[in-house]
Amino acid sequence: MAMTMTEKILARAAGKESVEPGELIMAKLDFCFGNDVTAGVAIDEFEKAGFEHVFDSKKIGLIADHFTPNKDIKTAGLVKQMREFSKKHGLEHWYEVGRVGVEHAFLPEQGVVGPGDVVLGADSHTCTYGALGAFATGVGSTDLAGAMATGEAWFRVPETHRYDFEGTLGRYVTGKDIILFTIGNIGVDGALYKAMEFTGSTIRSLSMDSRFTICNMAIEAGGKSGIIAPDDITKAYVEGRFLRTPRYYHTDLDYVYEKIYRWKAEEVPLMVAKPHLPSNTQPADELSSIKIDQVVIGSCTNGRMEDLRQAAEILRGRKVHKDVRCIVIPATQAIWKQAMDEGLFDVFLAAEAAVSAPTCGPCLGGHMGVLAKGERAVSTTNRNFVGRMGDPGSEVYLAGPYVAAASAVAGCIATPDQIGGRRQP
Amino acid sequence: MTALRGRAWTFGRDIDTDLILPARYLNMKTAEELAEHVMEDADPTFAGKVKPGDIVVAKENFGSGSSREHAPIALKGAGVSLVIAKSFARIFYRNAFNTGLPILVAPEAAEGIKQGDQLTVDLASGEIDDLTSGVKYQAQPLPPFMRELVEAGGLLPYLKKRAAAN
Repeated sequence: MAMTMTEKILARAAGKESVEPGELIMAKLDFCFGNDVTAGVAIDEFEKAGFEHVFDSKKIGLIADHFTPNKDIKTAGLVKQMREFSKKHGLEHWYEVGRVGVEHAFLPEQGVVGPGDVVLGADSHTCTYGALGAFATGVGSTDLAGAMATGEAWFRVPETHRYDFEGTLGRYVTGKDIILFTIGNIGVDGALYKAMEFTGSTIRSLSMDSRFTICNMAIEAGGKSGIIAPDDITKAYVEGRFLRTPRYYHTDLDYVYEKIYRWKAEEVPLMVAKPHLPSNTQPADELSSIKIDQVVIGSCTNGRMEDLRQAAEILRGRKVHKDVRCIVIPATQAIWKQAMDEGLFDVFLAAEAAVSAPTCGPCLGGHMGVLAKGERAVSTTNRNFVGRMGDPGSEVYLAGPYVAAASAVAGCIATPDQIGGRRQP
Repeated sequence: MTALRGRAWTFGRDIDTDLILPARYLNMKTAEELAEHVMEDADPTFAGKVKPGDIVVAKENFGSGSSREHAPIALKGAGVSLVIAKSFARIFYRNAFNTGLPILVAPEAAEGIKQGDQLTVDLASGEIDDLTSGVKYQAQPLPPFMRELVEAGGLLPYLKKRAAAN
């Protein structure tokens, strides 16, 4: 029977020859984790249920990243609870500030998650690791509690929808534009409960960083997971990094997908998602009348090296508009160091942007750039829901790093071409 | 199972978890604290007006967005006895069962029920009776596995029972 790579991964984890969409399985987990928002409730539930031991201290991560470095006393309490639980159970993947970063950038970077894995994360953007050819999905705190205790979780095997992109992307068009374009086309519940498999020559040409961006936002279309077939680019990324042995799965050529969408790369413009849904998309060059107060470049969606390089490419030799604050947040310590070594911070500082320590911070209105009523931001993050970055009367426009950086310079939504393109260093 | 009885609070589609429980309150985790802010960005007056037993009725994709279990915890903490919707986002769907917040998928009911209608609902049969309009609706039956989870008393008791059986 033909299977998708998602089905093959789930069959392996369920100890079965094959599985099919709609089937309920108990799957063995290769890794599970929570963050400072979700772990506290998970630990409470774990203890309340009377569990005494974790299933495997090497396969559980508690990653404090949302409101860290601790933004207030309550957060400090949540992080302290994570620390104490980690020490009590000898968890290998507990990290203090200064050694960590935004979970979905940090865990792949450190080789903690990899190809063929089944990963359960108490965070909705866990779907990011599908970029490595893994099955990774977000759940809530109680599911994490159960996973920490038993190393298993129940799943309904999802139907797979295929999103095929062929051809070469236009100038400055990135993975972020591909995923916003996709969500704009299918809607915020267009892939509800489905595995979203991204295929085609365009996808194969993309770097790992771009692939992470695409799979990261599968949840914004309601998807259970996003996935991209592992290839040489995946293997090059994983080699010397992944702490376990990778398992490469591919969808059978004769598999009949529930649905296939086919697009040409040149159909994808530089995209912006307007308030208050990621599906509310419009080409960026049609939005230049929108004045902005803040730009955020970072997050699990777009806080990796490629993203910072793209932002620097535009900010080089320019200044952030006088009425705009531009906040750059490298997603992990390693990215921070590399960005510094490459001289990107010189570019950002000369442009009068602020550079923050790794954190999710402003993406969910935590800290490091919360918006007041009536304020507007262009952000490389993943959600533009009401109140997402602060006051319910504020607005978030989602975009990729090129548009975010160009907008920071222009003071309104802008494409790189609208401000004169990239300048030679 | 006894019938639920309560007043309907209607909402539109894509009621995301940031509307149900804004991220600025995620440094809290008890039901009491969270209940004070439930649905704050969808209707700032909701938390002050909702009564124990009341029923939230929404259109498509209820609970989309973040995985925060704080959303169903806040609804339950505020006394909401049930959420009826045309469809639920998948993480919220899991979280509702895991936290013991009853939910029903009932497209016709979600379309027909009006703000303030008095409802009685038999969770076991999925029968929804709109006493105000006199219309009866039928919710989709729970999938067998979800029924098993509910009967076990939630996910963790289910997993414990399963571990003991193995």
